[in-house]
Amino acid sequence: MNQAADAVDRIFRAESRPVLATLIRLLGDFDLAEDALQDAFTAALETWPKEGVPTSPGAWLTTAARRKAIDRLRHLRIVEATRSQLTLSLRLAQEVYGSQPELEVSPVSDDQLRLIFTCCHPALSREAQVALTLRTLGGLSTAEIARAFLISDATVAQRIARAKQKIARARIPYEIPDHESLAPRLDAVLNVVYLVFNEGYMATSHEHLVRGDLVADALRLARGLVTLLPGEPEAIGLLALMLLHDSRREARVSDEGNLVLLGNQDRNKWNRLQIEEGVRLIERALQMGRPGPYQIQGAIAAVHAEASTPADTDWPQIAILYEQLLRYERTPVIELNRAVAFSFAAGPVEGLSLLEGIEQAGALEQYAPFHIARADMLCRLGRHEEALECHRRALPLAPNDQVRRFIEQRLHQRPVTIASETSFVNNEKGI
Amino acid sequence: MKYALLIYAAEKDFAEKSHEEQGRIFNQYMTYTVELKKSGKMLSCEPLDPTSTATTIRVRNGKTVSSDGPFADTKEQLGGIYVVDVKDLNEAISWASKIPDARTGSIEIRPLMNVPEM
Repeated sequence: MNQAADAVDRIFRAESRPVLATLIRLLGDFDLAEDALQDAFTAALETWPKEGVPTSPGAWLTTAARRKAIDRLRHLRIVEATRSQLTLSLRLAQEVYGSQPELEVSPVSDDQLRLIFTCCHPALSREAQVALTLRTLGGLSTAEIARAFLISDATVAQRIARAKQKIARARIPYEIPDHESLAPRLDAVLNVVYLVFNEGYMATSHEHLVRGDLVADALRLARGLVTLLPGEPEAIGLLALMLLHDSRREARVSDEGNLVLLGNQDRNKWNRLQIEEGVRLIERALQMGRPGPYQIQGAIAAVHAEASTPADTDWPQIAILYEQLLRYERTPVIELNRAVAFSFAAGPVEGLSLLEGIEQAGALEQYAPFHIARADMLCRLGRHEEALECHRRALPLAPNDQVRRFIEQRLHQRPVTIASETSFVNNEKGI
Repeated sequence: MKYALLIYAAEKDFAEKSHEEQGRIFNQYMTYTVELKKSGKMLSCEPLDPTSTATTIRVRNGKTVSSDGPFADTKEQLGGIYVVDVKDLNEAISWASKIPDARTGSIEIRPLMNVPEM
């Protein structure tokens, strides 16, 4: 690509997502909107280098794409066109070529919000929500989504096609939920964003511990949400939580590719700017006085991030926050985290007795971090033989190579105290 | 946009309830149906007799084979159908969630296929 085309491509990438959202509303059809946007891009490649980039590229693209959509509809052979396509063609032709002079159409930011809620509608499966959100709002190609989730292109394409078909045929509306249903619907959206983040951050099924692209996509989506819904503290909380987790990216994996737990991380490698932003966001969210699980998890991550050494960590505060989190979600993994926090706040004996309660419930028997946490508490009490036994139980349960190598090191090394919260326990949502 | 709201509930549970309790559920359905009708969104309301009255037939090689009972043995059975004409899926979900059996059974929401000239 030459320089001019590069410039067009860059502007197009920056502008295309809001344009697509508005086109979907105007055209009421995902596929037609995508095709028309592609046509508008081709037109921009021809026009912009000659005539200069328009003052409002977004409006230019939206207007051009709408006209291209009409052309596409006109070229449909009447026998092949569905009734809804014909109706749409008529309506658009009247709007554009009717008695009124053609108005320029600009992308509307509410359209992006509408699109998010449509893509994450509870009538779609979670897999479909994720694929459709990344495709339409994240701008990822089918191949990129397939690579990120280690599934075939065909599977992704089929998921997206089915989801679009369901949206059209079951008429899933293109609208922002009313006040009454906003909270549960927003929860579904945040869930999708966090799932994308975790898939990138944890990469359980993958060689590498962090897959940067999905993390960046999730952060971008969350930033967009916070801009569109500035009054929703849980959206802010989720963004803060992800920024704080991701701030430790460089410190989480050693040069040899091994997992480094929170307590052993080189805190100089933490991304200070990201931590500052995360902490600021969490404070802003909590001030709104409507706490929720993402804000609390974000607050926990903030307490960790603000400790300059592991010993400085305010464990009693973290234990209290986990206690609060349990009020929203009573899951064994959160109980495990609370037990670990207690073991540092009150002592390993107290931690172990909480673990016993969890063990009796039986839910975490197959969960490696549970056995690793217990091994750590036992080590701190000098009960090294019992700790080794726990690590042996954890080994076959390791979810990825990094965790496996971590446990193997513990098995071959002589007693060391890990003195940390197991950082991969920290992602309680899991995948 | 037209949708069928298919009500699935355990017949056995209903049959085992006291007369009083059955009457109460019947009244809840009456209230709901009146509300739906008043909204102008109801096209039809079709409660079904229990599956013990059902006959299932198949035509194979030109022969009609009938059998006693429903199409499939499941924990919950199709007990009735509402057909509504509403704006979109969200409005259909909102009406479906008010059906008394939604709290114990399940409501399947199916768009009616749009076939011209039918």
